Amino acid sequence: MLGLPQEPETLTPQDILDAPGAPVVVFDKVSLAFDDKVILREVSFTLIKGHTKVILGASGAGKSTILKLILGLLKPDAGVIWVNGERVDLMNEEELMGVRADLGMVFQEGALFDSLTVRGNVGYKLSEELHWPDEKVNERVEEILGFIGLTEHIDKMPSELSGGQRRRVAIARAMAAKPRVLLYDEPTTGLDPITATTVDEEIIKLRDLEGVSSIVVTHQLRDAFFIATHTAIRDGKAVDIVLAEEDKSEQAEFIMLRDGRINFEGPSVELKQSTDSYIKTFLS
Amino acid sequence: MLAQVNEWLKAATLEVQEYMRLCGATAVGAFTRPFYYRDIIQQFEQIGWGSLTVVVLTGLFTGAVLALQSGMTLDQFGARPFVGRLVSASMVKELGPVLTALMLTSRVGSAIAAELGSMVVAEQVAALRALGSDPVRKLVVPRVMAGTIMAPVLTVISDLVGVVGGWVIAVFQLRVASSVYWTSVLDGLYRQDPWMGLIKPFFLGFAIVSIACHVGLRTRGGTQGVGRSVTTAVVAASVAVLAVDFFITRLLISLLY
Repeated sequence: MLGLPQEPETLTPQDILDAPGAPVVVFDKVSLAFDDKVILREVSFTLIKGHTKVILGASGAGKSTILKLILGLLKPDAGVIWVNGERVDLMNEEELMGVRADLGMVFQEGALFDSLTVRGNVGYKLSEELHWPDEKVNERVEEILGFIGLTEHIDKMPSELSGGQRRRVAIARAMAAKPRVLLYDEPTTGLDPITATTVDEEIIKLRDLEGVSSIVVTHQLRDAFFIATHTAIRDGKAVDIVLAEEDKSEQAEFIMLRDGRINFEGPSVELKQSTDSYIKTFLS
Repeated sequence: MLAQVNEWLKAATLEVQEYMRLCGATAVGAFTRPFYYRDIIQQFEQIGWGSLTVVVLTGLFTGAVLALQSGMTLDQFGARPFVGRLVSASMVKELGPVLTALMLTSRVGSAIAAELGSMVVAEQVAALRALGSDPVRKLVVPRVMAGTIMAPVLTVISDLVGVVGGWVIAVFQLRVASSVYWTSVLDGLYRQDPWMGLIKPFFLGFAIVSIACHVGLRTRGGTQGVGRSVTTAVVAASVAVLAVDFFITRLLISLLY
């Protein structure tokens, strides 16, 4: 499965992670409960490098919990979680900082810092945690804001932005340090269809042009299928979002959560053809 | 009934445990890298400079009313010239530290609980962690450092302004000579009194800000939860100020006098 350039015996863990087809996030029989309420029951899945997992499910099904477990914001009661070759379920907060350096998270409402401008928010990690010089931070912030088309808003406060712009700034903040994995928690919920499509396109561009592996948690079916079935192609300076070929769209897999368990896992074509009554109801 | 008591005890124990854990993490964060210098300076400015007006007004009126009230009582013994002793001793040893701390509780404690509570509810604290920042080092340490160091500074200002407030009343209303008042102010203080007045605010400032941070970071339940946190922080910190004041006073009396 892995596209390894040399014999397995001579490989370092980093070689394995750098190879195409490497597993970047692995959930192995992960369970979690809050008091008596079971949130996840023996959930297992693998996110392959450069691929996308779209996690669907009703409200309270445990979708966002999966993202928080990957980041180490929550600890599982049972099971094993690997992120970029590190076992995060056993790590303390200090050790997790290293793992989080290679992860980006877009929170449901953006979670932008109210007291910082767009520039401050996007460059937060670079200046506060990575201690880049101001000039380099500004250069990177302007580059990312240019990529997502928000350069003119660079000195605005989050309260001056629309919902869609806040979500896109949150994406810019998450990708500022060029993480290998991006996690999106309901990135389009509450947005109008046109703005939601803009956000979807950013997710596709990051995946296809920057090679970022991603997990998208949503219950917006339109956006989920758009992300799964489209691809970004660079045409000179312009970027086109077009329908993906079959093999490309198979790189985006769906996970359907129901009562804390995985009810379905597979590509969009299989999801649409599923005869499971719950999935049919969910998709109708 | 027994089950309810049991639940309450468990919840109270958990709160104390989490508070102690936060205090431990804050202590570690205060002496080890990374430091967020910009946040530390910002908090010194907000907590120190921002509280100056309210502390000055509180000190001024407390000193003035103290002179008014004690003047009436001292008149019964023909001891009006000693009004300065009462003002200075009361302000420096007790009223200055406690009233400054209570003012800080209402102004700073409530603001910290509301700010951190809102950040928790809006997932900004989770975002901080996701971006690789430790919320204790980034949010709690600067506030606790500023609160612990600025409380004594503000207390000294409050004491001085209080004594001046007492002077205004003593001179213009009680007709005590200015030189008599100031001599009395100095006579009223033992050598250990300024130490008492200086040491206590360190503990009171720490208690106020650490409790407000703890309550703010444990906010649950949306905007309603933020409101609850502010109330809890102000009530808990106010009670803590009075309790800590008693125990520290008791300790300092046995150590200093």
